Amino acid sequence: MVAPAPKIVYQRPASLATRVTHYCPGCTHGVAHRLIAEVLDEMGLREKTIGVAPVGCSVFAYNYFNHDYVEAAHGRAPAMATGIKRVLPQQTVYTYQGDGDLASIGMAEIMHAAARGEQITVVFINNAIYGMTGGQMAPTTLPGMVTTSSPGGRDVESMGFPIRMSEILAKMDGAGYIVRRSLHDPANIRKAKKAIRLAFETQERGLGFSMVELLSSCPTNWKLTPVDALTFIEDRMIPMFPLGDYKVNDEIANLRV
Amino acid sequence: MAVKGWIEVNELHCKGCGLCVAACPQNVMSLDMDRLTPKGYHPVHLHAEGCTGCGICAIVCPDAALTVYREVPVKA
Ligand SMILES: Cc1ncc(C[n+]2csc(CCOP(=O)(O)OP(=O)(O)O)c2C)c(N)n1
Ligand code: SF4
Ligand code: SF4
Repeated sequence: MVAPAPKIVYQRPASLATRVTHYCPGCTHGVAHRLIAEVLDEMGLREKTIGVAPVGCSVFAYNYFNHDYVEAAHGRAPAMATGIKRVLPQQTVYTYQGDGDLASIGMAEIMHAAARGEQITVVFINNAIYGMTGGQMAPTTLPGMVTTSSPGGRDVESMGFPIRMSEILAKMDGAGYIVRRSLHDPANIRKAKKAIRLAFETQERGLGFSMVELLSSCPTNWKLTPVDALTFIEDRMIPMFPLGDYKVNDEIANLRV
Repeated sequence: MAVKGWIEVNELHCKGCGLCVAACPQNVMSLDMDRLTPKGYHPVHLHAEGCTGCGICAIVCPDAALTVYREVPVKA
């Protein structure tokens, strides 16, 4: 006799707090949060993890995770994470930062943290815009992209070109794991989760600075529906920010998880 | 026999963004236009038979609002 029994295929990860987020409907900041929580659960790291929240839409990240968190000044999360990790080397320390936070006001902090080879992990949300403040141009804004501070579209002659952080940071000797992934469809979300796992594995093994750059949507400031915003990532962002492994330590490259 | 699955929607977390609706390979999800969540969104629901419990909706959900179940045959 065969009788049916229910099996749970997916449930909310324990490392995610029960609080409802303030993110706009369909914003993939939420997907990034979920993936981090799933990885911390799977690696059993929740009790020893300290997150460092940025300034930007994810400024309240500390409310949304069920583990310790601190809040940094705008762009300074890598500096704060450095201090925490050096004082508490047994803890797992990561920053969560937007592109304005990491690549604009926080450019110096991220470059030097990578150069020093700090044993921290960075989750970098690249949504090509300043979300929190109302959709201004970011260092990652695409050429021609309309924002509130580039109403005629980003003109590279006067406003410069987008900055590709993964490519730049991969050149640092202190970096152990630098990759770019995207959150626009299920297959890519799975790959993003694996990358977050490998970034934390890099830290746990003391193999240097690790960063996962995630192409993420901002339906509200892109003025697109949540579904169309995912298409925008695929059609417009990926050509400018190619997905790939920019630096992977040999030990991590050979790791099966 | 087709695999039978079902979802449970946490209506505190669901924001009716529709990403799961677009991702569902069986096209059995839609926003329930007759209902509102406490936050004022139309929550997602299963409107037809055919959910296999694949879990793709949960992979794309930004708000971890979905629990996915699947019936597995067991020897009695
Ligand atoms: C010292 C300082 N300068 C400027 C600001 C204003 N400000 C707040 S968030 C932000 C940028 C946010 O953009 P991003 O980091 O891309 O994150 P997102 O909101 O897109 O997730 C800026 C410039 C601030 N809060 N503090
Ligand atoms: S403004 Fe953009 S980045 Fe910020 S929560 Fe809304 S959709 Fe997300
Ligand atoms: S993806 Fe999540 S938040 Fe969006 S409609 Fe589906 S269940 Fe609701």
